[in-house]
Amino acid sequence: MKPECFKNRLYYGIFLPVIAVSGFVIDSPYYLQVLTFIGINTLLTIGLNMLMGYAGQISLGHAAFYGIGAYTTTILTVHFDFSPWAALPCTLVVTGMVAFLVGLPMLKLTGYYLGMGTLGFGMIVYVLFREWSHVTGGSSGMVGIPSLSLGPVSFSDSRNYFYLVWMIVLVCIVFCQRLIQSRVGRALRSISDSENAAKALGVDTKDLKLKIFILSALFAAMAGFLYAHLVTFISPGSFDFMVSIRMVTMVVIGGMASIWGALLGASVLTLLPECLHAFADFEMVVYGLILMLIMIFMPRGLTRGLMDIYERSVSKQI
Amino acid sequence: MLNIQNLKCYHGRIQAIKGVDLFIGKGELVTLVGANGSGKSTLVQAVCGLLNEWKGEIRFENELLAGLKPSSIVKRGISMVPEGRMIFSTLSVLDNLKLGAYTRYRKKRMAEAVENDLQMVLDLFPVLKDRASQPAGTLSGGEQQMLAIGRALMARPKLLVLDEPSVGLAPLLVRKILSTLEQLRNQGLTILLIEQNAHAALEIADRGYVIETGRVVLEGAASDLLNDEELKKVYLGKDYCESYPKNFIPLRCCN
Repeated sequence: MKPECFKNRLYYGIFLPVIAVSGFVIDSPYYLQVLTFIGINTLLTIGLNMLMGYAGQISLGHAAFYGIGAYTTTILTVHFDFSPWAALPCTLVVTGMVAFLVGLPMLKLTGYYLGMGTLGFGMIVYVLFREWSHVTGGSSGMVGIPSLSLGPVSFSDSRNYFYLVWMIVLVCIVFCQRLIQSRVGRALRSISDSENAAKALGVDTKDLKLKIFILSALFAAMAGFLYAHLVTFISPGSFDFMVSIRMVTMVVIGGMASIWGALLGASVLTLLPECLHAFADFEMVVYGLILMLIMIFMPRGLTRGLMDIYERSVSKQI
Repeated sequence: MLNIQNLKCYHGRIQAIKGVDLFIGKGELVTLVGANGSGKSTLVQAVCGLLNEWKGEIRFENELLAGLKPSSIVKRGISMVPEGRMIFSTLSVLDNLKLGAYTRYRKKRMAEAVENDLQMVLDLFPVLKDRASQPAGTLSGGEQQMLAIGRALMARPKLLVLDEPSVGLAPLLVRKILSTLEQLRNQGLTILLIEQNAHAALEIADRGYVIETGRVVLEGAASDLLNDEELKKVYLGKDYCESYPKNFIPLRCCN
């Protein structure tokens, strides 16, 4: 068995039982909600990792798509009485179209310039959420978002929502892994290595970058949809610049170009603030310190860093 | 097969090619030699669709290439080995080779043909077979060049364009690469070889063009160019055969 294949099975072997058992064992709605948030953040991080880690295109405004997803479903369900499941395809279509229109001119940029461009886009969307008050509710946000339900199953129950989110995460992980291993996935990875060489081989890099930009926006929209129907209240503060930066941090901390890294990065950055409440005023200092230490000692991210440590210990035993 | 007429290329306001005519017949190995900055790579970029600012006419199999995207040009049968190899260092050797067939994999029925070509490339460069699952960035310079050529061959080109494949390689490796090109030409592949290493290129070529500051200053049969007094002075050095192995090992001198 190839080492990569072994690693992948190992990760599935850890991931699936942990999720299945957590849902059964944990009774506290608070802990279940924290785990559900990890799932939502994982969706965001996987999408961004496809764009940043695999295609090598930075986005510092991804919270905008997260917000567009959340606000679209909210507006449709609250103002227009759509059922949430009917609002979902509309949410994905609207976000996809925005990503297409923004990505078309934006992806001509590269490196820092693309970072600046996406940052600007994120800011504009944030201001729009805050100032377009008769549609978005302005700074005070929007309330009364209906909870999800499917026939007799109500997702207002924390445990049900936990399983729903993680089922979606699982589907996304499998989808992304298959995509990465495919012909298109190879082309995607080649863009981050050398865009010119990829072009010379016949890869339509412009088209492919746009498609992956839209895909990552759709992941963010899905996360936004799940977030809105989980908390049933949204406000612009949940989709500001800092959220975009937190997403990028999750990708980097977990490990660029690694689907499992996205999961780990999202888990660490969601759990860390919850665990650091004890430090009270020094919470952010300790948080920053931990991130610094991870980057100093594991510059390739947690997944690869931990794997390196494991491989070193195995080779020492041999 | 490839017919270039009055080609003028621009990098912004700078004119890099100032009216070049070039012709390559089917099955020929044609070399374009010239010093640094003479416009060789610019010409290649224009042919392969990587440069948009050009005027004139480029025809491949009687079809105009103006305005075509690089992917369309690859589909029509022009494959390029870029300057500096530009292999995908984080991808495995096998993935690099498969990427060469990117435009062919789209059709399901091609999968088998692509697998056959993969085998052909691995037979041509056996060292790549041993390192198939290794990240391409861990290969040596010579192996990377072989990978770059193999990757271009995976597109099953009608015309293979190589941009300075000998740069930075040891003389023995240059010899190996060039003899592989000779072998490919003998199998019927048409090749355009861009080189600074004028004598090495002319040794194996059928015809040659010498380019200087964006203009073709000399053209003709490779054997004639090798004996051209002007060229000897400028590029080859009068007693070039005696000067090796300081610079390289010319194929025929060795034979």
